[in-house]
Amino acid sequence: MSLAGTIERINGSLVVAKFEAEPKIGDLVEVGNMKLMGEIVRLSEETAYIQCYEITSGLKPGEPVLDTGRPLIAELGPGIMGTIVDGIERSEIELWKLTGPFVTRGTNIAPLDRKKQWTFEPKVKPGDRVIGGDILGTVQETASFQHRVLVPPDLKGTIESMEAGDFTVEDVIGQLRTPEGSVELRMMQTWPVRRPRPIKERLPLEMPLMTGQRVIDTFFPVAKGGAAAIPGGFGTGKTVMLQQVSKWADADIIILIGCGERGNEMADVVAHFPEITDPRSGRRLIERTVIVANVSNMPVSAREASIYMGVTLGEYYRDMGYDVAVMADSTSRWAEALRDISGRLEEIPAESGYPAYLADRIAEIYERAGRVVTLGSGQRVGSVTLLGAVSPPGGDFSEPVTTHTLRFIGTFWALDSELAYRRHFPAINWLRSFTRYLAVASRWWSQYERDWEQIRAKALELLEEASEIEETARIIGEKALPDEQRLVLLLAEMLREGFLVQSAFHEVDTYCEAEKQVALLKILIDFYDMVEPLIHQGVPIEKVRDLGVVTELMRLKERKGVEPIEAAHAEMRRQIDQLAEEYEVAVR
Amino acid sequence: MTVEESGLIYKTTTEIRGPILFVEGSRDVAFDEVVRITTPSGYEVTGSVLDVSRDWAMVQVFGETSGMDLNVSVRFTGETLKIPVSDELIGRVFSGSFEPLDGMPRPLSTDLRDINGGTINPAARAVPSEFIQTGMSAIDGMNSLVRGQKLPIFSESGLPHNQLAAQIARQATIPGKEEEFAIVFAAMGIKHEEADFFREEFEKTGALSKSVMILNLADDPPIERLVTPRIAQTIAEYLAFDLDMHVLVILTDMTNYAEALRSISIAREEIPTRKGYPGYLYSDLATIYERAGRITGKKGSVTLMPILTMPAGDITHPVPDLTGYITEGQLILQRELFLRGIYPPMNVLPSLSRLMKDGIGAETTRKDHADVSNQLYMAYAEGTRARGLVRIVGVVGLSERERTWLRFADEFEQRFVNQGPYENRTIEQTLDIAWDLLAMLPEEDLIRIREEYIEEFHPAHKREG
Ligand SMILES: Nc1ncnc2c1ncn2[C@@H]1O[C@H](COP(=O)(O)OP(=O)(O)OP(=O)(O)O)[C@@H](O)[C@H]1O
Ligand SMILES: [Mg+2]
Repeated sequence: MSLAGTIERINGSLVVAKFEAEPKIGDLVEVGNMKLMGEIVRLSEETAYIQCYEITSGLKPGEPVLDTGRPLIAELGPGIMGTIVDGIERSEIELWKLTGPFVTRGTNIAPLDRKKQWTFEPKVKPGDRVIGGDILGTVQETASFQHRVLVPPDLKGTIESMEAGDFTVEDVIGQLRTPEGSVELRMMQTWPVRRPRPIKERLPLEMPLMTGQRVIDTFFPVAKGGAAAIPGGFGTGKTVMLQQVSKWADADIIILIGCGERGNEMADVVAHFPEITDPRSGRRLIERTVIVANVSNMPVSAREASIYMGVTLGEYYRDMGYDVAVMADSTSRWAEALRDISGRLEEIPAESGYPAYLADRIAEIYERAGRVVTLGSGQRVGSVTLLGAVSPPGGDFSEPVTTHTLRFIGTFWALDSELAYRRHFPAINWLRSFTRYLAVASRWWSQYERDWEQIRAKALELLEEASEIEETARIIGEKALPDEQRLVLLLAEMLREGFLVQSAFHEVDTYCEAEKQVALLKILIDFYDMVEPLIHQGVPIEKVRDLGVVTELMRLKERKGVEPIEAAHAEMRRQIDQLAEEYEVAVR
Repeated sequence: MTVEESGLIYKTTTEIRGPILFVEGSRDVAFDEVVRITTPSGYEVTGSVLDVSRDWAMVQVFGETSGMDLNVSVRFTGETLKIPVSDELIGRVFSGSFEPLDGMPRPLSTDLRDINGGTINPAARAVPSEFIQTGMSAIDGMNSLVRGQKLPIFSESGLPHNQLAAQIARQATIPGKEEEFAIVFAAMGIKHEEADFFREEFEKTGALSKSVMILNLADDPPIERLVTPRIAQTIAEYLAFDLDMHVLVILTDMTNYAEALRSISIAREEIPTRKGYPGYLYSDLATIYERAGRITGKKGSVTLMPILTMPAGDITHPVPDLTGYITEGQLILQRELFLRGIYPPMNVLPSLSRLMKDGIGAETTRKDHADVSNQLYMAYAEGTRARGLVRIVGVVGLSERERTWLRFADEFEQRFVNQGPYENRTIEQTLDIAWDLLAMLPEEDLIRIREEYIEEFHPAHKREG
C-alpha cells in the first residue's frame, strides 16, 4: 500500500510532508519529482518528518511524496559478498557503470542483482519439515564463501518441492506448505535494518578473535561475539587497525563499514583486498569481505543508516553459522548524523547537542553483537563481533560518544597521540586500555603456554611500573635512578619496541601468529628474570644494556616464525652467563 | 555567477537577521535556489535558499547586509549556483563570487557546473600513489605528498605558511616526469598583501599563466567565503577530469571560511557544538575537501592544500581538528621553531601524510625511505623528550644516551628541517642528509631500520664498502 503526500518544507536533509492519512514511522518514502529516497523519522498526525538520503537541493514545496509502505530493508541473498555498497545497499560498482564516476541522485537500483544466476544446491527434499532459519540449500557465492540459503525467520511448514539448478535471486526455488497456504521460496529475503534478526539463544563467549596484532591478542583481546571500541584523535590509527583486523582476523566474514569517512580509504580497500590472500584459507581476502561505504561528503542521513545496514548483513551471515566481524569506522560520524537530524527536528538536546537517546542508540547497536544459537532446527552457532572506531573531538575521551560507548563494550583500545607522534604504532595506550574478556582469552592461550596469564600480567606490570618510574625520571633524570629501576625502564623499552610496536606495513610483522606472540613475550620476560638478579648483585645497568642480545630481542618480531626466537634464547643465556662470570655473580 | 535573468520578484522581506533574510509569501521556491537581492539604491547581491516552506523562504546572503532594509527586492532565479567552465578560465583572476577582477570580460560558456559538485563514487576512485617531490626535506622525507592527496597546512598567524605553500607550488614535480601543475588558488579573508604575494610568486615563476585565482580578501563580504572554495574546487575538477590536467588547489584561510559558516549558524539560532560552530562543520568541510583525488580512467588529478590558522595555536580547535579528521594528514607549523629561525618551521612529530606509504619505496623514491622516516620520527621524539628534561635537570642530569638524542634533535632541526626558501632538494639529497644525521646515533639504536638497509646505506658501512 502506498500513500501520497506533498512537500511542505525543506530544511537541508529534513523534508516535511503532509499526507492524506497517517503514514507509518520508519517507512521509506520517495521524495519529490526526482524520487529521492528518504525515511519517516517523526510523525505528528498526517505531517511526516522525513530524513532524505540524497541531496535535497532543487526540491520544492508542493512536490509529491510517496510512502512505499515498507521500512528501510536489507535485501539478503547471494550477490553482496566481495562487493562495495552504499549506506542503503546500492552497489557502487553498478552505480558507477550506470551514472559515471560521480554519484547521481535519484538512481534507484535494486541491491541484489536480479539477472545474475547462481547455482543452487538443495539440502532439503519434499516432505521435510522446516522452520525459520533452517538451511534450504547452498550457493558457492565466492571461492571461499558458501552461501547458505535459509528459511526466512517467520516461516515454517513442509517442503512441497525444491529444485537444484541455476536461479536468479527472485526465481522460485521451491514451495513450502504452511498452515496459511503454499508459499513460494526464493533465495532472496528481506529484513528491516533497524530490527535485530531473531536468534534462538545467546551463548557465553568462548573464544578470542585472533587478529595477529600483538597488542590486541596478547594484551587486550576481544572475544568472538564481543564488542570493542577504538577511540582516538585524528591520525592515531583507527582505520589502519580496523583494516588490519579485517585482513588478519580469524573470522569467516568481514563487514567493513566506512561511515562518513574518506573515499580514498574505501578505494584503498577495494584496490588492495583482492591482492591479499588469507593466511588460513589461501583465498583472496575480498572473497569474504563486504564493504559498506558511505563517505563523508554523502548525505548524513544515509550515513546514519549505513551502520544498521552493515550490522544487518552481519547478522544474516551469522544466521548461516558463521563468525562475522563487523567494523564501523567511525561511529562518531554516525552519532553526528543522529545529532544533525535531531537538531533539524528541533528536539531538546542533551550533552554537546546530541539527543538524549544517544546512549540508547549506541547500546542498541552494540547489543547486536553476540555469539548465538541461530534459528532453525539444529544447534548452529554463529557470532557477530562488533568493532567501532570513535573519533572524539580534540581527541578528548570525556565526550558523550566515547563515554557512552565505554558502557556497552568489552574491550577498549585507547589510542594515544603521543605514541602516534613518535610512530609507535599501533598507538594503543597500554595503561588506558582494558579488556573484559581476559578469562576467555586465557583459556584459549593456555594451549600454547600454561603460564600465559602470569607472563602477560608480568609484562603489563613492568610497563605500568616503568611509567611511574618515568614520572620520577622526568624530575630527577634517568641517570639519578637506582639501577633496578633503570632495568625496568630498559625492559619497558624492549617490550615497546620488541613487542608492542607492530608495523602494518612490514611484510613479516604485519601479522604475528599466536605461537610467535607467546614466544616473543616469554623471551622478553625471561630476559628480565635472568638479568634482574645480576643487577641486584651490583652488575651495572650499562653492561646489561650493552649486551648484543638486547637489540636482537627487539628485532625478533621482524623475523619469520619462532625458530629465530629459540636461537636467540640460547644466545641470550650465553651472554648473560658470561656477564655474570665477569662480575663473579650468581645467575638464576 | 551567471544565472538566468528570470523569476518572480518579491518585496516581502519581513526580517533581516545578520546574513539571513526572511521572505514571506514566496511561491514555488526550491531548496538551495539562487536568489538575487537588490536594494533600492541598486546594490545587488547574491544569496541562496537555506530553508523553504510553501509560503516563506529563508535566504543566506553572500554579500553585505548591514546597510539593507526591508525594502529590498528579492528575485528567486530557479537555479542552483553554477559557474561557466572552459579552458579560458586559466590565467584569470576572479572575486570570491566569480566576478572578474582582471579587467577582462565575464567568462562565457554553455557548460555550467553546480559549485557544490557531486560526490566521487568511492568505487570509481583511483588510489593516489604518485610521489610529488616538493624539494623540502621535512615534507618529502617524512610526510611525502602524493598526487591527488589532500594535505593541509596547520599554521598560526605570523608564520610563513604562505612562503611554504608558494615554495611547494613552485617546486612540486613528479621525478622523471615533466608535467607541471596547474594551480587553482582561492583566498578567503586574507590580507591584500598576502594575495599579492601569491600573485607575484606565480608571476615570477610563470605559474600565473597556468593558474586561476579566486580572491575573497579581508575587506570582502565574509559570507561570500562560503562559495569561494566551492568555486575553486569546481574549476579544479573541470581542469582535472575534463581537461586531463594535474591541479594543485590552495585554499587559504579555511578558518575564515568556518567563521562564515558559524555566523550563518548563529543567525539561524542552531544549537552550537564546540566554540559556537555548528554540528555539521565536519560534513560541510568534507563537501569541500573530499572533492580532491583521482578517478579511475581519468588522467588528471586534484591535489588539495588547504591552509588554516589555528586560533591560539590550538590544534584541538574545531577547525583544525575536524580538518584533520577529513584530510589525509597535516603539516604543522610551530611558532617555537619559527622563533629559533628554522624555515620551514615544521613540527614533524604531529605532522603526518597518510598516503605516503603508497607513494614511496624502491620504485619511486628509495627502498630505505619508509624505515628512515620512521627512525627519524622516533629519534626526534626521543630528542625532544630529552630537551624537556634539560629544562628540569640540566644537561648534566642526562644520561649519555639522552645527550646523544638531544644533539640529534638539534642537528635534525638545523640540517634536515631547515632549508632555504629557494632550496630545492632531490629526494636522494634528503635521504642522504637523514643518514648523515642517523649516523650520530649508536647503530644498535636504529631499531626501526631493517638491518640490510643499515648495511647498504649507513655512512659507516658505505665507507667500508
Ligand atoms: N599499525 C600501524 N602500522 C604502521 N603505521 C600505522 C599504523 N597505524 C597507523 N599508522 C600510521 O598512522 C596513519 C594514520 O592512521 P589512521 O588513518 O588509521 O588514523 P585514524 O585514527 O583512522 O585517523 P582519522 O580519525 O583521521 O581517520 C596511517 O596513515 C599510518 O601512516
Ligand atoms: Mg580513520
